[in-house]
Order: sequence, then structure tokens, then C-alpha cells
Amino acid sequence: MSITETPVKTQQKNILQARNLNFFYGNFHSLKDINLDIQENSVTAFIGPSGCGKSTLLRTFNRMYDLYPGQRATGEINFQGQNILDSNQDLNLLRARIGMVFQKPTPFPMSIYDNIAFGVRLYENLSRSDMDDRVEWALQKAAIWAEVKDKLSQSGLSLSGGQQQRLCIARGIAVKPSILLLDEPTSALDPISTGKVEELVSTLKSEYTVVIVTHNMQQAARVSDYTAYMYLGDLVEFGDTEQVFFKPKRKETEDYITGRFG
Amino acid sequence: MIDSSSHTFNSAQSPAAMNTQATFNTGIYGKRKKQNLFGLLLSTLAMTIGLSFLLWILGLLLYKGFSVLSLDLFINKTPGPESDGGGLSNAILGSMMIVGSCTLISTPIGVMAGIYLSEFGKNSPFASVTRFLNDIMLSAPSIVIGLFVYALVVVNAKHFSGWAGTLALSLIAIPVIVRTTENMLNLVPVTLREAAFALGAPKWKVSTSIVLKAAQSGVMTGILLALARISGETAPLLFTALNNPFMSFNMNAPMANLPSVIFQFAMSPYQNWVDLAWAGALLITLAVLGLNILARVYFRNKVAL
Repeated sequence: MSITETPVKTQQKNILQARNLNFFYGNFHSLKDINLDIQENSVTAFIGPSGCGKSTLLRTFNRMYDLYPGQRATGEINFQGQNILDSNQDLNLLRARIGMVFQKPTPFPMSIYDNIAFGVRLYENLSRSDMDDRVEWALQKAAIWAEVKDKLSQSGLSLSGGQQQRLCIARGIAVKPSILLLDEPTSALDPISTGKVEELVSTLKSEYTVVIVTHNMQQAARVSDYTAYMYLGDLVEFGDTEQVFFKPKRKETEDYITGRFG
Repeated sequence: MIDSSSHTFNSAQSPAAMNTQATFNTGIYGKRKKQNLFGLLLSTLAMTIGLSFLLWILGLLLYKGFSVLSLDLFINKTPGPESDGGGLSNAILGSMMIVGSCTLISTPIGVMAGIYLSEFGKNSPFASVTRFLNDIMLSAPSIVIGLFVYALVVVNAKHFSGWAGTLALSLIAIPVIVRTTENMLNLVPVTLREAAFALGAPKWKVSTSIVLKAAQSGVMTGILLALARISGETAPLLFTALNNPFMSFNMNAPMANLPSVIFQFAMSPYQNWVDLAWAGALLITLAVLGLNILARVYFRNKVAL
């Protein structure tokens, strides 16, 4: 996040591009002409007041909204040479490539091991030992291996809230997606667990592209390389986190960041 | 901004609250206390009446049933007219076979239909109609279902059979299982489904491996309650399985079963028949009680979240 990193960032390429993206909940127009590029191997944060559309924007990237009738998106989101919004897009494959972790920890009602293996088994046919390695790798990455390595056969529900959330992140990493979407991943966690998840996000960007929605502006400042400020469905400002927080171009962004807003 | 305004609102409110305290009216309060006492008395009375009848039935059943309960009950078959002793072994076996095969048939159908309604059909016209018809079936008099199977199976096959009894009981059990399965699956938070979809899991996999698994205790409870419901059903069996004084494993022939035996023996002039009817009634009640306790144990952790 320091200024010296900036030249490196500019050499990176866009992994995901939203063009003229509009989103509707029924008749309600909740995203208005969003244009935005997500850089590979970086952390991008979406901030803004409740209802501004930041979660909605995140949920268009893996078409999670498709589960619900009446929700639709228009425009383009380009990812790996394809438009995600195309109706012939294979949603299962898309979601395997663009993973998501949610606000509330959602461990599956099965063992810790199977929580990780569930997603991997959907797309890979690994031997027992390869699967063991993959599970350990994912749990290591999510910084929870030391806490669970002796109880892999216990239910994922037996873990604490913070551990459950890291388990969910491990589950998302295990399928090796290109992009990991985090929807307010720490809003249900205590400060210590939050700190662990934030550290995790910083280490993840060497291998993954991370997009994080957060209500906590300090968190956005701490973990992200790029920040998007949204308000009432508009993308008000998008740029380097450093610049957005310290030299915002728009008055609205400055008001929100300095707390003069809402 | 919001903080300060709510503060002024509170401070404006407090003198008013103190005024009501000052003009506290003991007359109104005393009247309300009397009304409360009256209501409490009425509801206690209602509870006592209901409970005493229930205890009366249970007490009589335990008294009459236990006095004839013996090992012979499980070894000997039902006695013929004017013969001594006898037991209920053929009826117990018949009931277990009919209820058992009914469980095997109605569980997969009921659970799959429940999954369809909750996960796939949702509010589509077909699902809504299915749900409506299922609710009608849920409250259909069991004698109607018995007659239906009689007209459909027994009349065409020209004989009563254990299978016909199984079919009739399945028609009663399936709606119960469909209803509870759907309700239990609906209790599973939508976030859990989203989490599974977010890993790229196809819909059928999410429904079976995640949602059904999360709700399995609740679904199990529904199955057990359906079993409890059908194990005491008499009317449908009178039209279908009928009865059989002999030990029979043939589901394609008339089959002895506890409810039919109780029906036949309780109104007979023979004392040993009447005693056996009491014993049979006790056995069914204990079985239903056991199933209900099991269901409660399962329901304690209905949804694993």
C-alpha cells in the first residue's frame, strides 16, 4: 500500500472488467452504469453506506443474484475473454473460478475435512493422499491449520465464529479460484479474529485476486490496494486506496471518509 | 445528529412518565388483578378437564393392559373362538411388516417430494397445486383412503392383502413426510445454500449434500411422526389387510395386524379376546410413545446451524 508499490501495480493486468453494468431488483435500479477494472493479484475494496450497491456489485461477479427470480443485470463483465453476464455462461464453472465468502460464517454440516474437500471433489478427482495435502494446504493458507489439525473429523460447526469464517475462506481457497470475493467477511467477528482475517487477505493476494466489501473504512485502508466508493448505486470514485483516502477527487468521497456524511 | 435528537426526545418523555406514577390508580390495578386471577382459574380448569380424561384413558389402558401382558403374548398366535389363552404374535408380526414396508415406500417418495417443493418447485403453479393437494391429503379421513384402496386394489385383486394395507398406510404417511420435509428444508438458512453454490456446486448436489444434510434430524422427526400416526390407523386396514387368524408372512394375502385384532376382539363375548385387545392397545400406545420420544430426541437438533 505504500507509494513505492504504485509503479508495480500499474504493470499488472486487468482480470475483470465491468462495462456499463446496470442491475435491477425487479423495477428498482440499484446499480447505475458501473465501469470498473479489477487488477490481478491485488485487493480491491468496495466501501459506501448501507444500500449503496456494493454487495450487489460483488454478487454480479459470480452471478449469485441468478438464484433469485426478478433480479437481473445488463451490460458486460469481462472475465477470461468471456462476458460473465452471457445467458449461456456455465454458472457452476464460473463460481468455481470466482469464489465467494459471506458475511456470516456458513460451515457445512459435516466434518472440517469434508468442508474443505466438498468443493474440491466437485471438479477434481484426487487420490486420498492428494486430497489430504490439498486440505492441509488450504487450512494452512487460511491460517487455521494449527488450530484444527488434530480435529479434522469433528464437525465444522464445533468451531468458534472466527475459526468458522477462516474455515469458510479455506474452503473457498481450496478450489483454487482466480478471484475471491469477500462480502463483509469480518462484520460478525471479534477484533482478534478480524485481525487474523485481515492478515490472511494481505497474504492471499500473492496468488489470488481479492475483492472485499466492507463497512469498516479502516479495514479498507489497511488491506486494500484499490478502493471504490459507491453511493446510491453509483460508483462515485475508484482509484488507489492511498489516493482515495488521502486525496479524494470527489467531495462526496471526502465527506464519507471523514465522517461528515450520514 | 441522531443521538442528540433521541436524547431530547427521552428527556421530554421522562416528566410525563413521572406524572403517571404520581396519579397511580390502585382501583384500576386491583380490577386488572382480579381479571387476571379469573382468567388463570378458567384456563387451569380447562387444563384439568383435558388432562384428567387423558390420564383416565392412559390409566385404564395401563391397568387393563399390563394385567394381561406376558411373554405368551409374543409367542402364541391369536386364539380361535372359545379357545383358551393365545397371544398376538401374528398380529404384531403383521403390523411390523405392514408398517415397515410402508416406511420403505413412503420415506423416499415423501422426502423427494419435499425436496422438490422446497428447492425446485418453490412457488411455481405445479408446486403450489401439489402443496394444496398434499394438504388436503393430510387431513383426508383415513376411512376414505381405506375405501379408495379397497375399490382400487382389493376389488380388482379379488382378495384382501398386506400390500393393500401397506398402500393405504403409505397414502396417509406420504403427505405427512412431504409436509415436514418441506418445512424443515425451509428452515435451512439461505446463506448456507449460497455458500454451496458459491463453490460451484450444481443444484442437485446443494439440495442433497448440504440442505438435506443440514435438516436431516428434522426430516427424520417427520418420518418418525408419520410412523407414529400410521401405526394406530385402523379404518384403512379393515378395508385392505383385513385380518388373519394364522401366522402369515405372505404380504399378498390377508394379514393380521394389531388395530384390526383390537377392533375384532374388543367387542367379542370372550374374556380372553377382550384381554388380548387391551394388551394390543397397550402395545400400540407404547410403540407410538416410543416413536414420539425418539422424534423429540431427534428434533432437539433439528437444523444444524
